[in-house]
Amino acid sequence: MKKSVRLAATMLAAAALGACGTTNSTTSTNQPFKAAWIYVGTAGDHGWTQAHDDGRKVVEQQLGTAVKTTFKENVPEGPQVEQVVEGLVRDGNKIIFATSFGFQDAMANEAAKHPDVKFEQATGFKTANNLAEYFGAAEDADYLTGMALGAASSKGKIGFVAPFPIPEVIREINAVALGAQTTHPGATVQVVWTNTWFDPTKEKQAAQSLLSRGVDAIGQGQDSPATGEAAKAVGVKWSGYDSDQSNVAPDIWLTGTVYHWGPYYVKRVKAAMDGSWKTGSYYGSIGDGMIDIAPFGQSVTQAARDQINAKKEALKSGTFYEFTGPLKDQSGAVKIAAGTKMTLEQILSMDWFVQGVIGSPKGG
Amino acid sequence: MNNSLVVVTAASAIFYGTPLLFASLGELLAERSGVLNLGVEGMMLVGAVSGFWAVQTVGGPGWLSLLTAVAVAALAAAATSLIHAFLTVTLRASQIVSGLALTIFAGATGLSSYLGHVANLGGKPAHHEFDAIDVFGLKDAPVIGPILFHQNALTYGSWVLVGLALLYLYRTRPGLHLRAVGESPATADAMGVNVTTYRYVHTMLGGALAGVGGAFFSLAITPFWLDGMTSGAGWIAIALVIFAFWRPELALVGAYLFGAFSSLAFTLQARQVHLPPEVFSSLPYLMTIVVLVLVSTGWGRRRLGAPAALGVPYIREER
Repeated sequence: MKKSVRLAATMLAAAALGACGTTNSTTSTNQPFKAAWIYVGTAGDHGWTQAHDDGRKVVEQQLGTAVKTTFKENVPEGPQVEQVVEGLVRDGNKIIFATSFGFQDAMANEAAKHPDVKFEQATGFKTANNLAEYFGAAEDADYLTGMALGAASSKGKIGFVAPFPIPEVIREINAVALGAQTTHPGATVQVVWTNTWFDPTKEKQAAQSLLSRGVDAIGQGQDSPATGEAAKAVGVKWSGYDSDQSNVAPDIWLTGTVYHWGPYYVKRVKAAMDGSWKTGSYYGSIGDGMIDIAPFGQSVTQAARDQINAKKEALKSGTFYEFTGPLKDQSGAVKIAAGTKMTLEQILSMDWFVQGVIGSPKGG
Repeated sequence: MNNSLVVVTAASAIFYGTPLLFASLGELLAERSGVLNLGVEGMMLVGAVSGFWAVQTVGGPGWLSLLTAVAVAALAAAATSLIHAFLTVTLRASQIVSGLALTIFAGATGLSSYLGHVANLGGKPAHHEFDAIDVFGLKDAPVIGPILFHQNALTYGSWVLVGLALLYLYRTRPGLHLRAVGESPATADAMGVNVTTYRYVHTMLGGALAGVGGAFFSLAITPFWLDGMTSGAGWIAIALVIFAFWRPELALVGAYLFGAFSSLAFTLQARQVHLPPEVFSSLPYLMTIVVLVLVSTGWGRRRLGAPAALGVPYIREER
């Protein structure tokens, strides 16, 4: 009895081993290519991370069984990142996308350790032979969002709940102000800094502080829709950020800057698969579709929609660029001469507010 | 006038102070029985997630759904506090260690986070929320309108609760027993008061109120659920109990004071007054440290009313 059991077990094990061996040898040529994503938040946060995860799903849809994608969510920005990356490399992932600025150092270290794996870092600045950077020119869409805010405001007093006083956010606010001033000449944009990307209670408090000052349209650079909650209570029009947040308050929703990472991800994964992948710093725009505005809310008038759509086409075709002089700073001094376009370098290090922005570019 | 700095600050002090008031009233009752529970933050997060789950799941009219949600939040957090009660009252484990463990276990990236993700609650607006009520049509009355007559049902409920807690502690026999258990469990035991029962009941009452405080975040402040959304309110509530000298009426004052600090930084910023936000976020803790220094002296302890047996497990055999 015992003997027969042992025999059966041995035979089973042998069969299993044999089976493994055969699968390995027969499918080694058409095994799926493995790609991985690392998220700082949850895939369903209705904001930044969800936009990236939607991009990952586009890769799955378009490349089908040729690719196997995985993602790690809620990865804290710290020493754990290297372990997470290490694990992904060991699992056979050949391209790894990290979607938060705080992952950058770990990604650079891991890229040096694994020259045969491609690394992609969003919103960073470090590059290497196998480490590329990518981000999008949100300011294009911010300008259009600003136009919607300006059109929705009757007094020309617009509020903006802003996270950190860094160039990325400062140029976002400037773009909103410039856009608002086209649809509402003389409009002001008042800024309150929260010093956090994501803290709904603080975001709501900051929004309320602006609303109590009488702003009659409000925008945000925050990751949660708490600003919309505050605006809803007093019936003030609101624009969002990161993804379509209209379901929070459809009555007051205008539009918002959104990111479409999908096409970029498809392109890069394909390149990694066929060996044409090269490092670089990609700065996507409204022209190539990485940046867009969310669908208009019901309260945006047809006149405003037409105006915004016309501007969007001009931005796409390159006949218009929002950061073209004359641009004045808060004191009224000319910073960019008439007809001069700001360079990418100037935009990436922007630390001053345009005329009409109320608040300090150095933070609260 | 109703948009003046004082009125805006007072109205938001009451609103943002309400979850602190609930949680600190609960912690106050637990501490009065001699049980220090540092798990408030964790229990609040359990309340936030379970209350939100209930409002998304339970149908029916809005008020019923919200009422159920508050009850579910209270029950879930009370069940969480049962762990603490069992460990510290029955097993006589260290209250400090058990409370900290509770916050780590139940808090952000713990149980509450797990429940929220399993039930897929993230990023969806609540079906119902606690809106401000226009009481007697007085919401636009000068000064007092926005402050007193335009808050939500939970805030008004918390006022009733402060009154009830005062009555209970100082005007009823069980309240007297509770204070005795916190001051001298051996004496209370000799009087025939069941120390274990009192400590269990009040620890769980504390949990229930922390849960309601947590639900205030997911049903009133930002009517959606997010991981770790109370962001430290539980710790402020614990500090508040000391700040309030273990007295309900002072907990109300303190909660609104701390509530004012939390939004004052932004209110001032919007008025072009620039102060580092860290100043305001550290004020509750600074003020608590001052009170702690006072309490740490024997004189202060006697005068300020810290329960003498707070944090000390009761072992009948050592009487």
